[in-house]
Amino acid sequence: MAEVDGGNGPLRVGVFVCQCGLNIAGTVDCDSVAKFSEGLDDVVVVYNNKYTCSEPGQLEIRKAIEENDLNRVVIASCSPRMHEPTFRAALEAAGLNPYLLEMANLREHCSWVHIGEKDAATGKAKDLVKMAVARARRLEAQEEMVVPITQKAMVVGGGIAGIQAALDLADAGYKVYLIEKEPSIGGIMAQIDKTYPTMDCSI
Amino acid sequence: MADVGRHPNIELHAYSEVDAVSGYVGNFNVTVRKKARYVDVKECTACGDCEDVCPITAPDEFEIGLSTRKAIYQPFPQAVPSAYVLNIDECLGNNPIACGKCLEVCDKKCIDYDDKDELIHIEVGTVIVCIGMDVYDPTPLDEFGYTRHENVITSMEFERLINSGGPTQGHLIRLTDREQPKTVAFIQCVGSRDANRGNPYCSNFCCMNTVKDCLLIKDHYPDVDIKVFYMDIRAFGKGFEDLFQRSKDAGTIYIRGIPGEVEEDPETKSLKLYVENTTEGTMECHEADMVVLSIGAIPRKDSSTIQQLLTLQRSQDGFFLEAHPKLKPVDAATQGVFFAGCAESPKDIKDSVTQAGAAAARANRLMMQGKVKVEAITSTIIPDLCTSCGICVKVCPYNAISCDTKAKTPATVVEAACAGCGACSAECPFGAITMKHFTDVQIEAQIDAMLEVDAKDKVLAFACNWCSYSGGDLAGTNRFQYPPNTRLIRTMCSGRVDKRFVLRAFARGAPIVLLSGCHFADCHYINAVHWTQRRVEKLWDELEKKGIRPERLQLEWISAAEGQKFATVMRAVEELRQKVTAEEIEHTKKALAGVLEPRKPRAATKKATEQEAAAQEAA
Repeated sequence: MAEVDGGNGPLRVGVFVCQCGLNIAGTVDCDSVAKFSEGLDDVVVVYNNKYTCSEPGQLEIRKAIEENDLNRVVIASCSPRMHEPTFRAALEAAGLNPYLLEMANLREHCSWVHIGEKDAATGKAKDLVKMAVARARRLEAQEEMVVPITQKAMVVGGGIAGIQAALDLADAGYKVYLIEKEPSIGGIMAQIDKTYPTMDCSI
Repeated sequence: MADVGRHPNIELHAYSEVDAVSGYVGNFNVTVRKKARYVDVKECTACGDCEDVCPITAPDEFEIGLSTRKAIYQPFPQAVPSAYVLNIDECLGNNPIACGKCLEVCDKKCIDYDDKDELIHIEVGTVIVCIGMDVYDPTPLDEFGYTRHENVITSMEFERLINSGGPTQGHLIRLTDREQPKTVAFIQCVGSRDANRGNPYCSNFCCMNTVKDCLLIKDHYPDVDIKVFYMDIRAFGKGFEDLFQRSKDAGTIYIRGIPGEVEEDPETKSLKLYVENTTEGTMECHEADMVVLSIGAIPRKDSSTIQQLLTLQRSQDGFFLEAHPKLKPVDAATQGVFFAGCAESPKDIKDSVTQAGAAAARANRLMMQGKVKVEAITSTIIPDLCTSCGICVKVCPYNAISCDTKAKTPATVVEAACAGCGACSAECPFGAITMKHFTDVQIEAQIDAMLEVDAKDKVLAFACNWCSYSGGDLAGTNRFQYPPNTRLIRTMCSGRVDKRFVLRAFARGAPIVLLSGCHFADCHYINAVHWTQRRVEKLWDELEKKGIRPERLQLEWISAAEGQKFATVMRAVEELRQKVTAEEIEHTKKALAGVLEPRKPRAATKKATEQEAAAQEAA
């Protein structure tokens, strides 16, 4: 059983397999992946839902953590670049350190790129979940450092976009450094006569 | 523009460039180079006396060479700051025999021929990148005859000709005879939407710009005939279709088809346009006194400078890549950096203003809280294992590690300065550096889990979070299909991939291991990716010595924009995998069995490891 103590007693991993509607379930046999996950080390509960990122999906994660006393969470859904912040927040809401989450990318890296290869894609999905659980079992809680922010901004380029951004921030009360390469601000906009759709002058 | 000049909260540095950036979200230290202007901005009243006496004339950049300026000049009348600038390369200088006239007449004595570049240091919490775009140069599209035929001009040149502040005071004339043209032809999509010549993307604003130009001509000269040659008119914004209809009602003729050739009449200098009218299905020849090429946008030539300073990424078209195309359209992947305007993609004024507002709001959202949480993915030293060899100090791209190699005290990490690439951890010969959230044990557990069953059928690929992993995501969103044999392990940077991970994978029976990182210019961690390459090159030698084919370790650079390349690489590694024999794998497993044993405690191997460190240092 538990080789690693995460600081929360023996390892208790929860796996959430997301179908993402048919985005994942259309290619990957999610039932089979969920069943497979049940047999992985320290996995105490497995969910198989339609949309894990939805409000009910997130509530379910929170409930599952509380009810099953989970201390590691694996979510097999989309790219962590998409929803890692969402799920980290769900863990935090359930009182679990957000770094005790691991994701398996069954959508961008599996179902969407192996369309029509259900068996092979399901096999890969199982591997991805297995790898995620293996990693999750060794995850440790981390404390994020809070650093102060200098309440000043730099805008690089003084064309129409830079002018607008600088004015908005300056009006909001921030000190703004506007850096322009040319001797004057204005950019390409200043060279244009009238502008659409209003047909008035640019400067 | 004038509002910027007088706003109490805006410090404008015109004629300046960003020279260096260090730090991280909330705490960027920036060095700005204020280029020598040779005119004191604060003192200059833009009276123009200097310009009157300057004997030098040069093409006026603001007027795209359609008129001239002096060596000392104001870029344009409404310039902000309202001050002159001296082009020292054109100036004859202050040798009284040569010239020095401007200084003589300047009442304020604000001209200084010995002015020097000045470096200023600023500290900011957020950065908004709005470096804009360049325009496409249509000279290579020879069929249109730009620069060969004088009456073929670009849409930017047209802007200056129709502008009342321009060189002709807004009178539309031909460049050859200064006569008003009776017929004007516009050619659309010049340099845009052509994968072979120019650029494959749509430049967004050119259709509506031409619609606007047609209305301007018709307002000033109702009798001028206008023909617009187009492939599609994209009038998709609010009020745009209405404007398009107005230009048609005013008499503009729209012809679907891009001319294959523009020919000049040697005597009249008028032009003939040969075109396939794809609505009528006919070959036609149209005459025009003037042709305007509606040119598209290209990324700024100097984009790579700011890209490297702020560790940004660019998409395949060369414009800056946003953190997410739908959900974070103005955020850069680098926390605290935002995009607005054409730096991100070609767009018109309304969209630029909208995006600038969004970027300002995103920056405000960060700054107003006064503090920010930074990800806990940083390195920590295990003092007991550290031999104070100092390698990590050299590896760290952020100078976040310090170590007194003479005093032999363990290295220390400034956590706030550590960006979390993990190159130090991979390079440390003693296993004395742990990367939080990407520890050796965690990654080794993934390797072992993946290769536990049917290892021979699988390719292990390491992918960096910012580029290669995202390239894989893009392959997914674009549904680029590839064989299902690869399994990715994500690290923040490819520089984190310890050689022990690679050897472990081979020892566990992996037929092929792929390391994929970002292109050198895209590295999110300044230059950490260099360590990846160095390490892989050494590994190839090591594998060869052990009788393992080096081809079984692949190295690829895949950017976040290269979904297609990601899929191609995945297909290629699968082909390689099929060539690896079972005997080869067995041989490798035996040859590398030693790497599966845990690291020996330092005391037992101290001498050996110190020798290894010395050898590494020498290398």
